[in-house]
Order: sequence, then C-alpha cells, then structure tokens
Amino acid sequence: MSPKNLNIYRFVVRARRSNDPRSASYLQDAHALGIQAIQTLECQDLYFIEGQVDPAGLEHLATQVLSDPITQTVEWGRIVSAPGPQPQAGEGQVIEVALRPGVTDPVAAQVVRAARVLGIQGVAQASTGLRFLVGGELDEAGLHLLARRLLANPTIQRYALGQLEPVFPHPAEASGQVEQLPVRHLDEAGLLALSAERRAALDLAEMQAVQAYFEKEGREPTDVEIETIAQTWSEHCVHKTFRARIHIHSRQPAAGGAVINGLLKTYIRAATQQIDAPWVRSAFVDNAGIIDFDDEYEVSFKVETHNHPSAIEPFGGANTGVGGVIRDVLGVSAKPIAATDVLCFGPQDTPVESLPEGVLHPRRIQSGVVAGVQDYGNKIGIPTVNGAILYDEGYTANPLVFCGCVGLAPKDSHPRTPQPGDHVIVLGGGTGRDGLRGATFSSMTMDAQTGEVSGASVQIGDPITEKGLIEVVLRARDQKLYHAVTDCGAGGLSSAVGEMSSQVGAEIELKRVRLKYPGLAPWEIWLSEAQERMVLAVPSEHLPALQALCDIYDVELTDIGTFTGRGRLVVGYDGRTVLDLENHFLHEGIPQRQLEAIIPAPAVVESIPLPNEQDPAQTLLALLAEPNTASKAAVIRIYDHEVQGGTVVKPLTGAQNDGPSDACVLKPIGTRGRGGIVLSNGINPEYGKRDAYRMALSVVDEAMRNAVAVGADPARVALLDNFCWGDPRRPETLGSLVEAARGCYDAAVYYGAPFISGKDSLNNEYLGSDGQRHAIPPTLLISALGLIEDVRKAVTMDLKEPGNLLYLVGEFLPAAAGASRVPDLAPSSAAIYHALHRSMRYGLVRACHDLSEGGLALAAAEMCIGGRLGLALNCPDLPLFAETNGCLLAEVRPADAPAFEAAFASMANPAYRQIGLVSAEPYLAVPGAGLQVAVEKLAAAWKRTPSHSSREHL
Amino acid sequence: MIPKALILHATGTNRDHEAAQAFELAGAQPEIVHLNQLRSGERRWADYQILALAGGFSYADALGAGRLLALDLSAYFADEVQRFVESDQPVIGICNGFQALVKAGILPGDGGQGAMPAGAAQTRAATLDFNAGGHFECRWTLLKPASQRCIWTRRMEELVYCPIAHGEGRFSVADEALLGRLAAQDQVALTYCLPDGSPAGGQYPHNPNGSSADIAGICNPAGNVLGLMPHPEDHLFDYQHPRWTRGQAGQKGLPLFINGVKYAKGLLP
Repeated sequence: MSPKNLNIYRFVVRARRSNDPRSASYLQDAHALGIQAIQTLECQDLYFIEGQVDPAGLEHLATQVLSDPITQTVEWGRIVSAPGPQPQAGEGQVIEVALRPGVTDPVAAQVVRAARVLGIQGVAQASTGLRFLVGGELDEAGLHLLARRLLANPTIQRYALGQLEPVFPHPAEASGQVEQLPVRHLDEAGLLALSAERRAALDLAEMQAVQAYFEKEGREPTDVEIETIAQTWSEHCVHKTFRARIHIHSRQPAAGGAVINGLLKTYIRAATQQIDAPWVRSAFVDNAGIIDFDDEYEVSFKVETHNHPSAIEPFGGANTGVGGVIRDVLGVSAKPIAATDVLCFGPQDTPVESLPEGVLHPRRIQSGVVAGVQDYGNKIGIPTVNGAILYDEGYTANPLVFCGCVGLAPKDSHPRTPQPGDHVIVLGGGTGRDGLRGATFSSMTMDAQTGEVSGASVQIGDPITEKGLIEVVLRARDQKLYHAVTDCGAGGLSSAVGEMSSQVGAEIELKRVRLKYPGLAPWEIWLSEAQERMVLAVPSEHLPALQALCDIYDVELTDIGTFTGRGRLVVGYDGRTVLDLENHFLHEGIPQRQLEAIIPAPAVVESIPLPNEQDPAQTLLALLAEPNTASKAAVIRIYDHEVQGGTVVKPLTGAQNDGPSDACVLKPIGTRGRGGIVLSNGINPEYGKRDAYRMALSVVDEAMRNAVAVGADPARVALLDNFCWGDPRRPETLGSLVEAARGCYDAAVYYGAPFISGKDSLNNEYLGSDGQRHAIPPTLLISALGLIEDVRKAVTMDLKEPGNLLYLVGEFLPAAAGASRVPDLAPSSAAIYHALHRSMRYGLVRACHDLSEGGLALAAAEMCIGGRLGLALNCPDLPLFAETNGCLLAEVRPADAPAFEAAFASMANPAYRQIGLVSAEPYLAVPGAGLQVAVEKLAAAWKRTPSHSSREHL
Repeated sequence: MIPKALILHATGTNRDHEAAQAFELAGAQPEIVHLNQLRSGERRWADYQILALAGGFSYADALGAGRLLALDLSAYFADEVQRFVESDQPVIGICNGFQALVKAGILPGDGGQGAMPAGAAQTRAATLDFNAGGHFECRWTLLKPASQRCIWTRRMEELVYCPIAHGEGRFSVADEALLGRLAAQDQVALTYCLPDGSPAGGQYPHNPNGSSADIAGICNPAGNVLGLMPHPEDHLFDYQHPRWTRGQAGQKGLPLFINGVKYAKGLLP
C-alpha cells in the first residue's frame, strides 16, 4: 500500500487529565443516543507519518509538535505489520477513526509544514485520526453501533475496532481521458437515459435543446460539455422552477391569473421593481444583494442553504455552507463582517428506533451542524450575530441549514467586467474530486483499503485558507488589480468561469489547474467543487502585484487561461479542445420549464389545541421551556459574536446578558458615521403547513418588526428570501410555493421593503426504506437587512426601570378560530412601524420586544427575564397566548408618555394602548387572568436550568 | 515620539484590526504586518517599539492553539523576539497571541531572565488547556488588574470588562508551586473576578474556563511582556458594553493599551 522504502510511524497522544472535557462530552453523547452500556470513554489523538525519519526527528516531532508536555503524553513507534502502542491491559476496547483519503485534513498539512520548519528530515505525508478507549459491557456489535451512531461518519470517515491501518493519498494513473457522448442519433428514451446515466438532472425538453445544438454544430458533445451544460442548467444555478411557466389549477384564480410566467419575475423581482428604492445598488444580479450604507460604503447580504450535505455530514455540510456564503460576499468585493445562521432540526428527543434507515439522529445533526458553523465562523474571524433554531418532526430526515453573510465595501469598488486579454486567475486551494456528482462518486470511494484517492460528496472546510483569500482579494480590490471576481461554488470552475465570461468568452487550459493530487479526468477538474477558491479577471500588467500579495498571505495563484471577445467558452486539456460552446447557447439556451400547480385551500386546523388560558402560569412556563422558544444561549455562546468589535446589540442582552434580542445591530469597524446595520429574520414552518400565503405575509412581517424593534428605519429595510420546499413537480407542492411567492410580493410591496437576493432549495424530501416520503414543512426564511441612523439610538428588549409604562403597539388581530389560524397583516402595520421608529429616534422608547410565538404573555415574560424586573399587566380583554402579526411591546418613561402617544396621533385606528407598568416587584403579574410568576422562575424555565421542572416552580 | 506598534499577523490571525484600533486610540502608530513580510525583510523588527500578537486562529489552531505560531517565532525570529523582550520593550499577546507566547516559552518566563531560552518549549512550565466546559465560549468577563510589576496593568484602579472568545484558555501549570512563584513575583497581571473585584474562586461563568488561580493574564518577571486570554481591544467604545442601553459604561480595555504606549514613550512611572 505504501511506496517502497517509506515507513509509517504512529503517534498516540493522551490527555493527562483524567476528566478531560472532550472525552466527557463523547460519553454524554453516547448515553444520549441510547448506548447506555458504555461506562467510560477516553478520546485520544492519532497521528500517522509516512517517510524516513530518524529517531531524534521522531522524538522531536512527538514532543515539540504533536503533544503538549503539560497536559498530554505521547507514545510513538513504527508500524511494522500491526503493532504500535496497544491498549494496556484493563483499558477496555478500542475504536479508531480516521478521515477517508481525499477528505481535506488541514491538521495533517500543518504537521508536514511544522516538520519542515523544525528541520526534521524525511516527513513525506501525514494523516490524523482519533482513538477511543471504551469501557463497559459492549460486545462487538455494540462497538460497531457506537462507532456508527456517534464516532465515525462513513461519508468522510472510516473506523476499525482495534488498530486502524492508515491510508495516505497516492497518485493514481493520470487520466486525461475525454469521452464522446453521441446524442444526435438518440430518441427520447435515449436522451433521458443519457441524462440519468450522467446524473445530469436534465429533462426531455432540455436534452432535446442539447441535441439540437450539437446537430447545428455538426458534431457530438464531449463528457466535459455535457457535464458543463448540466451544471449550468441545474436547478441550483438557474432556478428552473422559479423561472418556469406555471399553469394554475384552482377554483380561485391566483393573483397572476391562470398562467404564471416565472415566480421570480412575477412576484419576487416584481416587488423590487414596484418599490424601486433608490438605495438598492444591486438586486438579483451579483453573488449578493447590495444596498447603500452611507456616503462612503455599501453593504451586501447573501443567504444560502446547505441542507443535503448537512444531512449526511453535519459538520462538513454546515462548515462548507458557511464558507460558501462568505465567498459569495467576497465575490462582490466586500469584506465579510457578519454571519447569520438559521437551523431547522428534528426534535432532539426523537427515539433512535423511530429514525428512517440511514438518517442520522437529530441530536447528532444539531451538534455537528453547530460545530461546523462555529468552526468556520470563529476561525475565519466573522461574528455570528443573528439566527434561529427550530424543531419540527418534518426536519428529522431533512435538516435545513441557512447560512448568511453580510459584507461591507467602499461604493463602486466592485468591478464587474472582464476585458478581452485578461488572465483567468484562480486563487486559493487545490482542486480535487471534492463534491463531484455527489453520492455516486463517494460510494465508489468507500473502500479506503484500496488507497485510492477519492472525493467525498461532502468536504470539510478550511477557513484559514479562505481567510487568506479575503486578505488578498480586498487588497487587490483597493489596488484595482482585477476587472472581475467571482467565487467557485457549485459547478466549480465551469460555473465560475462560465458566468464571468458569459458576455465575452474565455479560453482555458485545464492542465494548468493546480491539483491536490494527480489522476483527475478533465471533466473532473472543470466541475470539481473544491472549496476555498476564487476566480479573478486580471490584466497582464497587474499580475506581478497580485502575485506579491499572494506571496505575503500564503495564497496560491494559478493562471489558467484568458478572457476573449469571441463569445465562446473554449476549454483545452494538454492541447486538445475538450469543450467549445457558444455563450448564448450555454446561458440562454435552456428551455423554460412548464409546470402544473394546484393552489391548496388553507388548512382548517381545529385539531391544534389553543393554549390553556385557564392555567396561564403553567401554560407560560411550559411555553418558555418548549425547545422552539427556550433560550438558545448554549449555541449562541459557542459562536464568536464579538470579533471585529462592532456588535452593538448582541444576540443576548439585558441585566444578566441573557435576554433574547429581536435583532442584531452592528457598527462596522472603520466606518465613520454613527450609522449601523440591523439584521433580523422571520421564519414559521408551523404556519407553512397551514397556509402558505399568510405564512409568507407573517414571516415578512416578523422580520420587519424584529428589525424595527431594535431601531431599524422601516423605510430602509431590504429583504432576502430563501424557500425550502418539497418536490415542485407535485402540483400541490408547487401550488403552495406559488402562494408563498405571492405572499412575498404583497408583503414586500406593502412595507416598501425590496427583495435584493434570494435562493431556493427544492426537493427537500427523503424516501425512507419504508417507502414513505418524508417531506419538510414548506419553509420560507426571510432575512432582513436594515439600517439605523445612529447606533446610540438602538433599543434592546430588556425592561429598564421600575415605574415605566408598558404599551402594546400595533393592531392586535389574532387569526380567527376555525380558519388556518395564521394571522393576516393588519392594514395599519406599516404606518405604525414608522411611528414607532420616529419615537425611537427621539429616545422615547426604553425597551421594545415583538410579539411572536406564544403571543403577549411570552413577549412580556422575556422582557422581564431580560431586565430581571417585574411587570403588572392590566389587559383582561386580550388573550394572553394568541399569535398576531404587527404587534410589539414598548417600555416608555411616564414623562415621555405624551410625546410617545403623540407619535401615533395621526393613525386612523388606535395604534397603541397602555397595558401595564414595570415594577420592582420581581413578578410577572396579570391579576385579571390569575397569573403571577416570579421572574427567576420564568428565567429558570426559559433557560431550562437543571433546577427547573415545570410544576415545582408554580 | 509616537511609538510604532507591530501588530503581528500570522496566517489565521483575525483580531488584528481591533488591536490596531486600540493602539491607535492609545496614541501609537500601529501597523499590521504579516510574518512573511518580516521573513522577507520587507518590514524590519527594529522599526517598531511595541509588539502585539493579536488574537485569532493561527494555522487553524492545528495541533493546539498557538503552538505552530510559537514554532514559527522560535524557528525564524528567536533573536528578534528575544531582543524585544530583553530590551524591555512592551510586548502583548492577546488570546491566540498569549497562547503562542506561552507555547514558545516566553511566558511566564520562569527563571527570571525573561528571554526565550533554547529549547524553552520542552521545559515550559505552563500551558493553556481546553476550557473546562469542553468547548469554545464567547462571553463578557470581569478582570481585576493585579500586578504592579506588569507595565500594562500598573496603577490600573478600575476593573476591565471585556469578552473572551476561545476554546483553549484554561491556564494550567505542570507544578502547582509555579502559581505561588508567579504570585510572589507579581506576575499575575489579570484575574477573573466578581463584580465587587473579589476573586472568582474558580466559579463559572465568572472564571469562564477553569483557569488555575483565576488567572486571565500573566506577565514575564521583568513586567514588559503581558499575555491574556480576554479581548480588551473589543471594549474601546461605550456602544460595545453589553449593557449600554441600560446606561452602564466604563471598565473599558483601553487603559491597558494606554499604559503600554506610555511605557514605550518612557512616560509610565
């Protein structure tokens, strides 16, 4: 397996502490996943070195590089056949885990670098792993169960009971192979078979368009061409469903009539055009939406999903999701300044036995996803400042991971036009088989014993390499070294170069692309989704300056071709032309899809019980402790939300830094004025199940009122949409998508809040081995990007001083029983938000919090928790738990009450009412409803502190 | 004279801009310099009077936070760093910078010479271990400036309130006797404390990571080199205080940097 004359050395590093926290955490997870027989678990680090290293060098490596003398011990030896350090007697059983070859292993790369720095000769390659000593009554089957359920993910890892044999990537035969794929003679069945065989996901009309093109060209396509077309025409890249012509079947015709010529055009972009805000700088054109920030800067925002990768490899999926959206922002030449994440999981207490075959436990998915977000965001130095976590059984097999990134750039600093003659420059990591055609390929690589280098369908990210890209691209922007830039995302170079050259043309030589390892076929190089790469259009005269920047920041630069003015994309490999396509065909040649939709009637939900108003204290405490509403501090605190020093309103706020903020306010470092950025979101899958149209209205409203609650100017809010739906080829599913898009249009136009970017992730369904389809609830995430004129006027949600008045602001319009129970938009909401904002600018509002899930009672309870102050409410006519749109609670000093009320004077309907008083008595009290609960009990329930159990605190 | 502060940037450093901002506000002229610019000779150590190792994840924290940066310092710049330390110029390592200073053997510099002895890493007496909680954590902590020997904390009366953001910040020693020596030599520069300034006593979350003796930062025996886990550079302005909307202010991190700059100017008593 290993080349001749090279040894393999094995190092085992153990913690000296007997109660090491990492081991304890694995043990806790094992118990939570139902493996009770395990009594002890010790986690150790494994390193493997391939090479010829003398004993002094090995010792040096072991003690100086691989272990910490204070906290760890290290043993090492050469692997002869099987030995090496073996568990000592009585230690129990061993499971060893390592990454599959071809999976990014940044630590291994650093081991090789460190050996070089230390002058240790003969280290050729390294790899890493983990070693688990398991104590307890586990038989062999039990150990396999533990390994599969918790310790190793077959997508990226392999494991062995006992000692694992290390595998290093070794060169396979270089291929250079290009296949012809004849299409001209194929009939309909043949075309579809070819699409299926290449996993192209092209339908008949699309395959016929391909066939017609090559008939016109008078030749057959290559595999590189078919793969490129499939990628360029994929749902991910061109949003076929959102551009499709949809034939509506419904008793009540939808707003667009019986035929909708593209959801994007008809609803989403139409709203932006209708609003026509002068401060929108770029909507739906660039990698991210862009609005004005101040006279000097513009701010960009993009939100992506990474659902399927996160389902099969939670850490890597979320990790690369964050990395990808950061590159989107870098792709508009902006400095990434904030990250957001909204996560949807199955219930954490799902019984292991009830999981569909092949589905990871929601607890494992959550911990992996959260760790993946943490790893990338923290390491790259971008604060994670806004988000949400939702639980629903519909997400058990299909978790949703929305990753957002905000960027800041000087105005007009983003160049967009490659010039003929510019070099096509790739910056960043090497190209491997990463992400190629997903599962097919990764399943071929499962047999690690072959030592073959293979790409996993999901990769681990490398945030430090991407940090280098940020350093270089921003400096290159300031020095005006490039004419265009874009990121390598889905489709890799084919997509990045294809998009950049769509107005000009390009000629590429694939042989020049820097590979992680040899042996890739041309189509694999061209399509690889290797992470952490950017493509730039650079004129010859600026190449030396760009190279100098790359040298400082340890970033690799590769020149792979030139932009031309010929209107064709031409790709060569070693002198042979392997792709030669007309730009017009590639980018405009896709036929519009024709789809059928049936508009579903809103569900009538009698079955969902209303909250119990008879025992409001019990109901409130139970609601506070419910996973969807309970504190998310445990997750928020493992994200760095302070790096870059601009977090003015933090995710957790109040007297004890633990109240839930409605939104985040940022004052970006380096900006001169007092202005700030506001980030919020709205999402409600529960509503999505019942009434897609009103759900869309509601989540736009939620994002707006969260932004307004912290002080955003409602006249300066831009929106992003992310639709996650099931299979749109099912007319009912598409019908609800149509309704949600229609709701987006109505709500955006109503609030004057334009959409500037969006994304859809469809087909979120899982076919279980039981033959059952597991579809997600229709889920729409609205992310809001708002501005605040002066961050010193920002408002937090925690109650501030006893004696202040509490107002309910907005029209209280809970949905009627017997309907879908999804509330409507109140006609006065927009005017009320503007009035509330005016009063904030005058400093009249001491605290503000929105009413959402759990209604008035939950909002009031959270304000009490935030301020550790009491509240006496006097509003016997209001249902405590009913949900409504358009409402907020505002705390106002008595002296400011007249001015505050005057701000609403022009409203037709009464837009506010005083409903309570802030009190030094630490109780939330609603005498009329028989509710009185100590604030500390509310806090304990909400924070789910161990002392809490719902009854004993009453 | 306006002292020049070298803000060291290694691959993966990410709080360099905040550190630069802190030194600028404190009256120095900061410059963010990549290690490679020093290696190539494009920038020279001798042109700077203050050295700051900023926070971040140098080399992704691979093989332990700060360890590979420490290796770079030892392999490429042992003489230059030693000159900085021994010539009594102010040096500060924040978070990842602290981890690197400890893993390079520069801190706590036990033995009195305050330099980096050859092979220091083998014999070093302290480290920053994984947090007792077992994971990265971002939260605001209160710090008590405790050393008069340390030029960065000298004569500081007010507590410092600033965030931690780390997974490996648990100050740990090989031999408990070192804790006594650090205290006796006035090398315990900053400790995690309660709002009244009394010791956190190991109590979470006041002591957020389980550090021995509530140690948040230590200096070398000479007092010119400070390393600390929390981020005083993230509390320079009123609006950064977590409770500014409640009218709370003060306890900023800026005085630390002002001390360092004054010292470089020869103005610190």
